[in-house]
Amino acid sequence: MVDRVLILAMALAGAGMLLALIRLLRGPNIPSRAVALDVLTLITMPVMVGLAITSGRVIYLDVALVYGILSFLGVISLARYFDQGV
Amino acid sequence: MKRLGLFLFITAALWLFWLVFVGNLDPQEMLVGAVAAALVTLLRSGQPCLLENVNFLNPRRVFMALAYIPYMIWAIIVANLDVARRVVQPRLDINPGIVRIKTRLKNPVARMILANSITLTPGTLTVEVSGDDLYIHWIDVHAQDSEAASREIAAGFEKYLEVIFG
Amino acid sequence: MAALDIIGALLVLLGSLFLFLGALGILRMPDLYNRMQTGTKATTLGNMLTLVGLGLLEPAWLPKICLIILFVLITNPLSSHALARAAHRAGYPLAAGSVTDALREDEQAGGIEPGSTACQVRDPGSDPQPEVAE
Repeated sequence: MVDRVLILAMALAGAGMLLALIRLLRGPNIPSRAVALDVLTLITMPVMVGLAITSGRVIYLDVALVYGILSFLGVISLARYFDQGV
Repeated sequence: MKRLGLFLFITAALWLFWLVFVGNLDPQEMLVGAVAAALVTLLRSGQPCLLENVNFLNPRRVFMALAYIPYMIWAIIVANLDVARRVVQPRLDINPGIVRIKTRLKNPVARMILANSITLTPGTLTVEVSGDDLYIHWIDVHAQDSEAASREIAAGFEKYLEVIFG
Repeated sequence: MAALDIIGALLVLLGSLFLFLGALGILRMPDLYNRMQTGTKATTLGNMLTLVGLGLLEPAWLPKICLIILFVLITNPLSSHALARAAHRAGYPLAAGSVTDALREDEQAGGIEPGSTACQVRDPGSDPQPEVAE
């Protein structure tokens, strides 16, 4: 039963990723795309943790954390680019 | 004496993070972590520290700081349900705008926590800070007047932060 | 043990529902700032709930998962605030249906120091026209 609920939850998260991806492709401007990228990261992190639990590999938790850190740096550098051009 | 206390506090916090990351209690890992934490703390000791002027040993402040966490979680949940309700309605029920609010807090750390708390609750987003004023993007503006908006958005957090940072 | 599993699974389900709603919001909202409201922050609660639920399914990993939650809690407001501030300084307008923009008014009145690149859109190539409310 737990497995089925997990599959349903991952499907919901995957649908959310698809919606964020549509926004990422449609734009219409760069900050909107950056927001979509941020949301995509926020959804991907729990999916990665779920993957870590179903596959039983603790190393994926670190992958999720590093992924979050990289995305945070990316958004911050984009914001700096808008503010003063790199 | 105070500097030593701060040094030990930061080192201990960093060491704790190291141990959680490593995930086991092997003596080698613990030793390397302690050395690395002390080294990082030494490297940053020349810079000003946000915690320098804060006295946490007052029991009333500790109590309020602990009470702030569930209050914050509750605020996040309530605001999230509100935003989720707006999202799923067939006709978008939003009324957005940027309002100016005034904060009573003087301590810079308290102001930072206030701005971050406002941003973390969905529906309000700190866009700019200038002097005593915070400019908030609000998804449902029902008070354009600065004082009414301050009461609505910031007063709940300020009540706690005023006590914590005295 | 079984009770913990069930609570964890329900939390994961609830969290992923919020993740989905956040993504739906980012698709539906009319302008950049409203997208930030629903997108990056409705997903924060979803993220937290999902991670707590997964942590309850695997209690041995809970400390590390709590660290991930703490990281999200600290960085998320920072990045959305930085992006909103930079976008507003670069001159991206609010949606047509917006009520008030006190910041723009104060910048024009000279009350506060405008940003170095205030009031000019930096990437006119994509499409700088204001997005109209649906």
